[in-house]
Amino acid sequence: MTLVEIVLALLWTGLTAYALLGGADFGGGFWDLFAGSAARGRATRKLIEHSLGPIWEANHVWLIYAVVLLWTAFPPVFAAITSSLYIPLTLAALGIIGRGAAFAFRKVSAQLWQQRLFGAVFAFSSVVTPFFFGACAGAIASGRVPPGVGQADPMRVWLNPTSAACGVLAVGIAAYLAAVYLTRDAQRQAEPGLAETFALRARVAGVIVGGLAVAGLLVLRWDAPALFRALTSGPGSPLAAVSVIAGLVSLVLLHRRAYLAVRVTAALAVAALLWAWAAGQYPYLLPDTTAAEVSATGPVLTAMVSVLGVGALILAPSMWWLFALFQRDLPARR
Amino acid sequence: MWGFFAQGATPADLMAARMQMALSLGWHIIVACFGVAMPAMTLLAQWRGHRTGDVHYRLLARRWARAMGVLFAVGAVSGTILSFEMGLLWPGFMGTYGQVIGLPFTMEGIAFFIEAIFLGIYLYAWDRLPPRRHMLAAIPIIVAGVASAFFVVTANAWMNQPTGFDLAGGRVVAVDPWAAMFNPATPPQTVHMILAAFMVTGYVMASVYAVAMLRGRRDRYHRLGFAIPFTIAAVVTPVQIGVGDWAAHFVAERQPVKLAAMEGVFQTGEGVPLHVGGVVIDGEMRYAIEIPHGLSLLATWDPNGRIMGLDHVPRDEWPPVNVVHLSFQAMVAIGFALLGLAAWAGFIAWRRRRLPRSPWFYRAAALSGVGSVIALEAGWVTTEVGRQPWIVYGVQRTADAVNPAPGLVWGFVAVSVIYAMLTVATVYVLRRLARDVPVPVAPQERDVEEYPVP
Repeated sequence: MTLVEIVLALLWTGLTAYALLGGADFGGGFWDLFAGSAARGRATRKLIEHSLGPIWEANHVWLIYAVVLLWTAFPPVFAAITSSLYIPLTLAALGIIGRGAAFAFRKVSAQLWQQRLFGAVFAFSSVVTPFFFGACAGAIASGRVPPGVGQADPMRVWLNPTSAACGVLAVGIAAYLAAVYLTRDAQRQAEPGLAETFALRARVAGVIVGGLAVAGLLVLRWDAPALFRALTSGPGSPLAAVSVIAGLVSLVLLHRRAYLAVRVTAALAVAALLWAWAAGQYPYLLPDTTAAEVSATGPVLTAMVSVLGVGALILAPSMWWLFALFQRDLPARR
Repeated sequence: MWGFFAQGATPADLMAARMQMALSLGWHIIVACFGVAMPAMTLLAQWRGHRTGDVHYRLLARRWARAMGVLFAVGAVSGTILSFEMGLLWPGFMGTYGQVIGLPFTMEGIAFFIEAIFLGIYLYAWDRLPPRRHMLAAIPIIVAGVASAFFVVTANAWMNQPTGFDLAGGRVVAVDPWAAMFNPATPPQTVHMILAAFMVTGYVMASVYAVAMLRGRRDRYHRLGFAIPFTIAAVVTPVQIGVGDWAAHFVAERQPVKLAAMEGVFQTGEGVPLHVGGVVIDGEMRYAIEIPHGLSLLATWDPNGRIMGLDHVPRDEWPPVNVVHLSFQAMVAIGFALLGLAAWAGFIAWRRRRLPRSPWFYRAAALSGVGSVIALEAGWVTTEVGRQPWIVYGVQRTADAVNPAPGLVWGFVAVSVIYAMLTVATVYVLRRLARDVPVPVAPQERDVEEYPVP
């Protein structure tokens, strides 16, 4: 593996982590939005708030990690993506503000009207933000982001069939992952009714996301034939197959109430899809732009990889502690 | 057809991009200060509570932790927007120099991870962990918070003193990311910013309790709530004035154009007077109080020292003089006013071993929070606007870095509307938190709701 490939893998790992963890947090907002009236949705919303509370900020940092790695390791690609996708990225950024701030505000609000207002902002922005990220992914995947600064039509670059398909798929994936994770959380907190509800939601969402993925492939065949070929018969196809199989296994596991195991397979289905895209597009980051051509100079990549290596030594046990602490049941009260 | 979009931004779009950056950075920097300094103050209160068993300390720690949860959330999201805006607004800058300043941002990312992880643990595991271990969980937040500020400011320092790279045909070559990170402006700028974070946090927190004390609530809980943050801010203030002098000397030596704008010096000369106040009209400083030889003395330690004026560089390399001059003056004036306030409290503490009792002291202290925030913003305006028209000092112009996409003005409008709402909501929520009487039930979560407050 060359240094550039290592950095690319680190970048994509960060993006995958953001999709699996940050994505599920957005999905929590999705179920919050559709939890029903204040009285009917109270238990659902409480579960979501309780699950997201301690971890959403740490999950969110994966986005910053991916953004920083992209601009450090492949500066011209970062400039091309941000300048061409100016509109959807600005909207996603505003969605991020609405989601994070409103979530924190709702938590400390005592009155119902405040909880409703902040809750609505939290839930609404949780649904639209992944759509805009998905639309950006679709724009890049379909080769619509040209190299160079601001070379694309600012509207058509993200208002196109692939972007629409990827945007909807992203929302679906977020909702699906959240439902899967929350099922186990509900079960662990001895809320069997809620666990059943989320298991059902996860199954329905799983089927819908599967359908969306198939529909997305058809859109790709017509709108981005190169990526379609890469995913169905080219270098991305084995990973795409893993994604399909993991998705099907997840449905079986949900049916058999293996709520812990399904977390793994559902995450694998999503991760494999992302890596299938990466494999299908490699070594091109943008049209006619390979990773090696636009990468930062050697000393920058070396310094970055070393720093990340040292950072990982601190971060890995810290993250383990965070997740383990809140997945553990409460000690008995004195 | 692509050519149409690549024609470059209009002056209105450039101004919109600069204002959007100023708004989002100026907003974030206030909450970022709390992210840097508030965990230390909270931990101090918690530790005193643990050691002495004094319930007031414990209640203060819990209340501050609650506010910290809100401030960290808005700090995290408003910081994320900035990382987007680096590319959304300044792709010409990031596309070329992103790799040169990437190293400190990578470190900042790790530091931010540590902050977020341990904040989650600290806020939500208040009652899941034994007290000592819980307090230890706050240490990484404090260290990572200060480190984050350091890393981010090194990147800004690099924009003032770009080092660690060569240019060949518009591409950067021979990049030394460590040299870029530890550029000459890094020491004064980072120290100045980190101390500013402690001042802003301390004075703002103290001003909340100063208002309560003016309303007659002078019980031990409010006195301690005032004394802890105020003491930290007051101790930092004289140090900060010394560091500010260091930073100004650095600017005088390395960025003489910025100094000329800060002081409103148009003509290069010797024995240059110091302008206090004043405004530039038609290229001339008016209504300023002049202290003869003052600037030469302050900047070069020699009353007849030579000071470079704006006449030294072409007109199109001048920063907006009035903005820079007035911001700098405002920052310095507020800094000395805060020093006076700190001295007042210090004198009373030294002679009488207690807090001042004069309502005038608390009236001034009630204003110290707003004042320190204005000084913070004024300082940033000085350094950022004073660097114009360069985004990378002497290397790349801001106008060449801006996104050529049409319609940046509308992006600015949208961001302004969202930030206006965010400001209203944040202030409203924090005010409500401050008003919860007498004490909050618990910092976060149902785990804690059911837990008896000690």
